[in-house]
Amino acid sequence: MAIVSGHPTEKYVRIDRLPHIWCPGCGMGIIFNAFARAIDELGIDPKKIVVVSGIGCSGRASGYWAYDGFHTTHGRPIPFAMGLKLARPDLHVVVISGDGDLLAIGGNHFIHAARRNVDILVILVNNFNYGMTGGQVGPTTPEGTRTTTTPYGNYLESPFNVVWLAAASGAVYVARWTVYHVRNLTESIKTAMQMRGFRVIEVVSTCPTDFGRRNRLPDPLDNLRYLKEHAVYKKNPDPREADIIWGKKFVIGEFVKIEGKETFGDRIRRIIQIAQSRLRKSGSH
Amino acid sequence: MTGEIKPGIYFWSGNDAIAEGAIFAGCRFFAGYPITPSNEVSERLSWRLPQVGGIFVQMEDEIASIAAIIGASWGGLKAMTATSGPGFSLMQENIGLAVMMEVPIVVANIQRGGPSTGLPTMIGMGDVQQARWGTHGPHEIIALSPSTIQEAFDLTIRAFNLAEKFRTPVILLADEGLSHLYERVVVPDPRDVIIVNRKMAKDPRNYLPYKADDDLVPPMAPVGEGFRIQTTGLTHDERGYPAINAEAQNRLIKRLIDKIRKRKHEIIDYEMYKCEDAEIVVVSYGSVARSAKSAVDMAREEKIKVGLLKLKTIWPFPDEVIFEMAKKVKKFIVAEVNEGQITREVERASRGQADVFWVGNYGGRWIYPEEILDKILEVR
Ligand SMILES: Cc1ncc(C[n+]2csc(CCOP(=O)(O)OP(=O)(O)O)c2C)c(N)n1
Ligand code: SF4
Ligand SMILES: [Mg+2]
Repeated sequence: MAIVSGHPTEKYVRIDRLPHIWCPGCGMGIIFNAFARAIDELGIDPKKIVVVSGIGCSGRASGYWAYDGFHTTHGRPIPFAMGLKLARPDLHVVVISGDGDLLAIGGNHFIHAARRNVDILVILVNNFNYGMTGGQVGPTTPEGTRTTTTPYGNYLESPFNVVWLAAASGAVYVARWTVYHVRNLTESIKTAMQMRGFRVIEVVSTCPTDFGRRNRLPDPLDNLRYLKEHAVYKKNPDPREADIIWGKKFVIGEFVKIEGKETFGDRIRRIIQIAQSRLRKSGSH
Repeated sequence: MTGEIKPGIYFWSGNDAIAEGAIFAGCRFFAGYPITPSNEVSERLSWRLPQVGGIFVQMEDEIASIAAIIGASWGGLKAMTATSGPGFSLMQENIGLAVMMEVPIVVANIQRGGPSTGLPTMIGMGDVQQARWGTHGPHEIIALSPSTIQEAFDLTIRAFNLAEKFRTPVILLADEGLSHLYERVVVPDPRDVIIVNRKMAKDPRNYLPYKADDDLVPPMAPVGEGFRIQTTGLTHDERGYPAINAEAQNRLIKRLIDKIRKRKHEIIDYEMYKCEDAEIVVVSYGSVARSAKSAVDMAREEKIKVGLLKLKTIWPFPDEVIFEMAKKVKKFIVAEVNEGQITREVERASRGQADVFWVGNYGGRWIYPEEILDKILEVR
């Protein structure tokens, strides 16, 4: 009988940083573990993985994994990661951050990195609100829900369809899962890690402390049950049908998968070649 | 190496010289967003960086630009951005990130008239205190200010060297006057120029990303080599782990301040001109120092004992130099195109030992030598 000591993904975690800041029942733990498992199953050298995050509960993941981790400023992990990836094209650069970080304050960077096809994987943790600052309305908060800054209900803001936004902006891989769909999520991370270009995985997560509590889901398990009951898996779904309307079914699955598209780094390297060959021909600088 | 500039004499604008100085210093990554009067820096680098195998990216805004250069610097490349007032304002938060994460970067700010959109095509020098205090929280910063095109080249190299040596952002504070002026520049033989590269950690075992050596600067770890780098803009301990308490804050910030303050003699740079017997000293920097020099010569012709102190380092401020001078001279006149941002510093540093006067305007034009001469005649 084999004696199992420790957790299978323990080697990817900074045990000395525990306890973490996440609330009991937060969806982040599931995502955190799914990523470590995906890397383990792929057998990628953990040294070659770089994680960049912004600010928020979700963004703390970069500090708990034992990969090289960069906890940057609110909204800016994508351009930071782009700089790092262009400097070190040999590394896997992964951004993990929240909906507010990546789509509100950092929304501009998200669409431009997608347009350029920057070679990074973005794990966008959509918990429908700003968890860290106390549960305010955000760019993915469904209409009609309650947050700390929509005390009369969110009848003000319409949320982004994250999937369609990513697809329309040029992402080569766009998938959506929930923290209930751990196996799909893990497989999807594995798929995305083996691709090149701007890849987005939206993970619909749970924030029982802030969003759940104000929307009649104070129990972490009820949050998961909500996701289980409302998420519908579709094969080859259309990004335009990926709106999330509170209380209604929403689509999960792999929406976009484009292989072979030239990345921003590829293009920069080609420009360097052109510049240098012209220089050699002209013989001076 | 391909594309490197040949030693010799060139005829460049200030912006050309900044771009070439950067490449000479080893800069291989530039990210920026167009803004007058800095555009020729990025335009030249978009042409020149690929020739030397470097990366040029035009970003979606200045916030992305500075975030990208911090990331690229972590990736091992010497990196810079160039901007002007409005863009410099947008960069402030991430300048703080580079201070806190201890990342070598160079930010060239070609100052124009402000606040707000101000005078896009005209000179201003109103970002001197923004360079000092623009990012929030207690910190030290290094800022250099060229007043000739040769200095634009030389000080850009120096900006990279200081950034690498101290693991800190360095601001190159130029101004529109200088950026569009053309002058002769001597490019030296690279063997005659010291190029500083950051200290690198060698052993991943027991590596602590924020454990400083005796020089108060921690060695930087290469990414992707198993150092398990951990870095954050949050207050952190030697492991790079967040430490949200007063003790950690005071330990960390004290070191970040001390690494510059205690070694400021290695940073501070200035020139004195005809100061030996001077009773009045004109203090100036940037392109305006040129007018100040002419004014000193004009006053000397009228037998007035005037000298010039030209600041090449703005931050850290040369407090001791000013104080020692203040004990000997009667008066300082500070010539600057702003409401007196360095005048206040000179007043503070002279500690009541000399009178301090301001001559200048709020932007849009140089200060003419005659105006400075008039001030000399008025206060002498
Ligand atoms: C420039 C700036 N503005 C505001 C904040 C405060 N802030 C910290 S986290 C956060 C929102 C986090 O929301 P999200 O990105 O969705 O992450 P979550 O906590 O929900 O995982 C905000 C507004 C900040 N740190 N920096
Ligand atoms: S506030 Fe919400 S998102 Fe943040 S840790 Fe708690 S449950 Fe998770
Ligand atoms: Mg959120």
